[in-house]
Amino acid sequence: MELSDARDIKADPATVWAAILDPEVLKACIPGCQELTGSVDEGFEATVVQKVGPVKATFHGAVTLSDIVPGESATLSGEGKGGAAGFARGSARVRLSPVEGGTRLSYDVEAHVGGKLAQLGSRLIDGFARKLADDFFARFQAVVEGDEGAEAPPEVAEVKKGWFKRLVSR
Amino acid sequence: MPKDHGIGASSKRREDVRFLTGRGRYTDDINLTGQAYAAFVRSQVAHGRLRGVDTSAAAAMPGVLHVFTGKDFESVGGLPCGWQVTDRHGKPMLEPRHPVLAHGKVRHVGDPIALVVAETAEQARDAAEAVVAEIEELPAVIDMKAAVRGGPLVHDELGSNLCYDWGFVEENREAVDQAIRNAHHVTTLELVNQRLVPNAMEPRVAVGDYNPATDETTLYTTSQNPHVIRLLMGAFVLGIPEHKLRVVAPDVGGGFGSKIFHYAEEAAVTFAARALKRPVKWTASRSESFVTDAQGRDHVTKIELALDKDGHFLAIRTETYANMGAYLSTFAPSVPTWLHGTLMAGNYKTPLIYVNVKAVFTNTVPVDAYRGAGRPEATFQLERVIDKAAREMGIDPVEIRRRNFIDSFPYQTPVAVQYDTGNYHATMDKLLEIADVAGFEKRLQESKARGMLRGLGINCYIEACGIAPSNLVGQLGARAGLYESATVRVNATGGIVVMTGSHSHGQGHETSFAQVISEMIGVPESQVEIIHGDTANTPMGMGTYGSRSIAVGGSAMVRAANKIIAKAKKIAAHLLEASDADIELKDGKFTVAGTDKSVDWGSVCLAAYVPHNYPLADLEPGLEETAFYDPSNFTFPAGAYACEVEVDPETGKVTVDRFAAADDFGNIINPMIVDGQVHGGLAQGIGQALLETTAYDENGQLLTGSYMDYAMPRADDLPFYRVDHSCKTPCTHNPLGVKGCGEAGAIGSPPAVVNAVIDALHRGGMTHVTHIDMPLSPSRVWAAMQR
Repeated sequence: MELSDARDIKADPATVWAAILDPEVLKACIPGCQELTGSVDEGFEATVVQKVGPVKATFHGAVTLSDIVPGESATLSGEGKGGAAGFARGSARVRLSPVEGGTRLSYDVEAHVGGKLAQLGSRLIDGFARKLADDFFARFQAVVEGDEGAEAPPEVAEVKKGWFKRLVSR
Repeated sequence: MPKDHGIGASSKRREDVRFLTGRGRYTDDINLTGQAYAAFVRSQVAHGRLRGVDTSAAAAMPGVLHVFTGKDFESVGGLPCGWQVTDRHGKPMLEPRHPVLAHGKVRHVGDPIALVVAETAEQARDAAEAVVAEIEELPAVIDMKAAVRGGPLVHDELGSNLCYDWGFVEENREAVDQAIRNAHHVTTLELVNQRLVPNAMEPRVAVGDYNPATDETTLYTTSQNPHVIRLLMGAFVLGIPEHKLRVVAPDVGGGFGSKIFHYAEEAAVTFAARALKRPVKWTASRSESFVTDAQGRDHVTKIELALDKDGHFLAIRTETYANMGAYLSTFAPSVPTWLHGTLMAGNYKTPLIYVNVKAVFTNTVPVDAYRGAGRPEATFQLERVIDKAAREMGIDPVEIRRRNFIDSFPYQTPVAVQYDTGNYHATMDKLLEIADVAGFEKRLQESKARGMLRGLGINCYIEACGIAPSNLVGQLGARAGLYESATVRVNATGGIVVMTGSHSHGQGHETSFAQVISEMIGVPESQVEIIHGDTANTPMGMGTYGSRSIAVGGSAMVRAANKIIAKAKKIAAHLLEASDADIELKDGKFTVAGTDKSVDWGSVCLAAYVPHNYPLADLEPGLEETAFYDPSNFTFPAGAYACEVEVDPETGKVTVDRFAAADDFGNIINPMIVDGQVHGGLAQGIGQALLETTAYDENGQLLTGSYMDYAMPRADDLPFYRVDHSCKTPCTHNPLGVKGCGEAGAIGSPPAVVNAVIDALHRGGMTHVTHIDMPLSPSRVWAAMQR
C-alpha cells in the first residue's frame, strides 16, 4: 500500500532535521517500539510489538536511513520479522520545506506485509499502515513541538511532549 | 412404488450414522503409541533464494526430537508428476524438480522449508518459530502473461516459465482459422475462470509409522487414492517397496480433488518416522491448507465461435493460459489439456475445433484438479460464448442450442472422444418443465414491481467421466493406468464383504455399492459390507475422482460378483445334482430352472467353507473373487441447467432465486445420493459464480487466506434446487449402464448463473454488458452496470 501526507510543525527545519536523525526520537515515535539501538551511520536494530487484526507479534528488524540530503530529505526504511506471524516492511520518504512559522514535513509511505499477516490481515493492512504512519508523525510532531498545538491521538499522551525541542534549545 | 432396496432405491446412507454421531474415524483421530508431532516451517515470501536454514536454536528447544531440512532429503526423490503432456511441436512439457522440502529456492508462500518433530504439537510449533531461514527475496511472478513474456524464472534450470504450449487438434489449426475467417458471424469472448481454494471440511493430516522389527512402514493420510500414494511415495520418493509400505486413508472429510495428489507432508512425516523410529503426526491448520492444498481452475481464455447465418456452429478456436503454480502437482498437466480440450465440443455438432493451452509456472500454490477439473472451464467458456452469440444473432438461447445439438449416437467429436449415448433434447425438455420457464414472464413482472431486475440463464454441459481407458490415457501421457479393482469375499455364513479400490470421502459408497450387490445376489443390503481406503486389504485401487467410482469401481465389483455367482452356481448345481447351466439365482435362492428344486444362498456359502459335500475335484473351496475393470471408453453424463436471478439495480447484489438441473446420469443406483451429489456440486458452482476468488498481491502474498476473506457459499446464498435425473440414456459399455454424477453440478452451474445475470441486465436495458468475470460480486455487477 502507499500513502502520502504532510504536517506543519512549529519548529524550524534545522530542529526538525536534527530530530529525524536522533535515535531517541525514533524510539519514542515508532508505535510499539520496545527497543532501538544503533546509529544513523550503521543503522538501527529495533524491536516493535504490533497487533494487526487477529495477529499480534513482536517484530525484530532493522531501521535504516538512506538517501540523506542534509536538512532536506531522507528515506526511513524498516523491515521486521515477526516469526510465525509473518513480516512487515515499509519505507517513508520524508521531505522538509520551510513554511511560515515552521516546517512542512511531507511523507510518502509504502508498506508491505507477508506470511500470516498478509494471509489473515490483508483487509486490515491499509487502515493499519495509515494509522501507524499517522501515529508516528503525530508523535514526532508532539516530540518536536512541545505541548502546544500538537494533535496527538490519546495514546500518544504518554509521550513526554516537547522534550526534544527543550533539549536542542538548551 | 419406489424400490425399498437394491438398485434404484433411496436407501439411507449407512455411513451417516457414524458421521452424524461423531463416531467417524478420521486421520486426526488416529493416535499411535509413542507418537511425536510435526510442524512445518514455511516460506513467507513467494520467491527467494534459500541461503541456509539455521536449526540450532530450534533443535535445542524443549521436546524437540529433530529438525529436518531440504538437505536431509537430498538422498530421496522429488514429488513426481503423473502426467506428461507433449506440446504442439512434439516436445515434452518442461518438468521441474519438486523437492519434498525446499532446496536452493523457495517458490511460493507456504513452500515447506523445514520439518520440526517434537514430543507435543505445541513444542513442535514453538520450535518451528525458532528455525531461521536465510532467504534472499527475489521478484515474484504472479501474472501468467507476464510470466511467459520474460518475467522472473520460477525454475531457473528450465529457462522458461512456459510448461507447455499445447495445440489440439493441431492438424485442425489451419482449417479452423479458415472457417473463422470465412464465417457469416464470429462471436468472441475473453474471460477468466478464477482460481479457487478447494476447502475440504477436513484439513489434510498425515501420520507416518515405522516398525523397525518388521521393516514395515505405514502412512495414514487424508487421501482419495491410498494405492496411488503408496506407489508414488514408495517408488518415486522414498524408495520403499510396496510390500513393505501400507497406506491407509480412513474416513476422509471431503476432497473435491485436492486429496488426490501426493503431497510433500506425506513423504516428510513418513521419512521422519523411519528416521526417528517413532510415529510422527502432522495436522494442517486451516491457514496451512490455504497455502498448501492444490488449488483449482485459474484459466484466462479467449474463445471464438464461428456461425453460419442460421446460427449453426462452424468452428471454435480457443486460446487459454492455464496456471500451474510453482510446481507440477500430481495430475496438473492433464487438467487444462485432456480434461478440457476434449470437452470443447460440448453437446453440439461443431465440425472444427482448435484448442490452444499455454501452461505457465508462477510463484503461487500449485494448481490441479478440483471438482470438474478442466470440464468446468470448457463448459463455462463454451456456454458463455453460445449465449453471447445467441444474443448477437437474435436467436433464442434455447433454440440456438437445439439447432446444434448432437442427436445421433455414437458421435465422434472433432476433439478425439466418442460420445456413446445421450439425448440432449430430452434433458432440455425436462429442464424447461422443472424450471417452469413458462412462468418466467410472470415472475419477471413480479420482480419489476418490486424494483428488481430478473434474468434467466440456461445452458447445457457434458463431461467425460469414468476415467479412463488405460491404453488411451497412456497414449495421452498418463503415467498410470486408470482401471479399478474389487474383491468380493463371501463368508461361510453368507455375509458379503466387498473391498473396493474406490475411496469414499462423502460419496456414500458404503451404501450404494451394497445396493448393487444386494440387487445382484438378492440378499439384504445389511448383509453386505463395503471396505475401502487401506492398501492392506484391497488388491489395488486407482481411487476416487473424475466421477469414476460407480462407473469403474462399481464395474469391477460387478465383475467380481459375477465370478462369485458363477462359482456359487456350480456349488449349488452340485448340491442340487443338476447342471450349473440350469441354475438360476433369484432373491438369494438358487433354483434348477423349471423345477421347484432350490438351495438358498446361505447353504451354498456354508458348503463353500465346510466342503463336506462339495465337488473338490473340480472346484476350490471358499468363495472369494477379485476382478479388475478397465473401461473401454469414458462415460458422458450431460444435462441442462437453468438459473433465475434477481439483481438489485441499486447495489448490484445478485440473488439466485431458482435453480433447476436436469441431468442424464444413465442408470441410477441411489436417487437420494445422486440428489445430494448434485446439490453439493451446485453449491460449489454457484459459490464460484458469485462468491469465491483467490487473490494474490503483486509480491505473491495470498490475500484471501482465511474465511474472513475467502467467501464460501452458505445456505442462505442458495435457493431450493429442482433436480431431476429421470432422463436416462444408459452408458453402453459398462455393466451397470451408469455414467457418474459427482462433478456435474459444479460443471454446469457457473455459466447458468452468469448467463442469468447478463440476461437480467439486458432486460433492464443495460445491453452494453456482454460479460462479467466471476465472482459476480455486487461491486463487479454494479461497476458493469455503470459503464
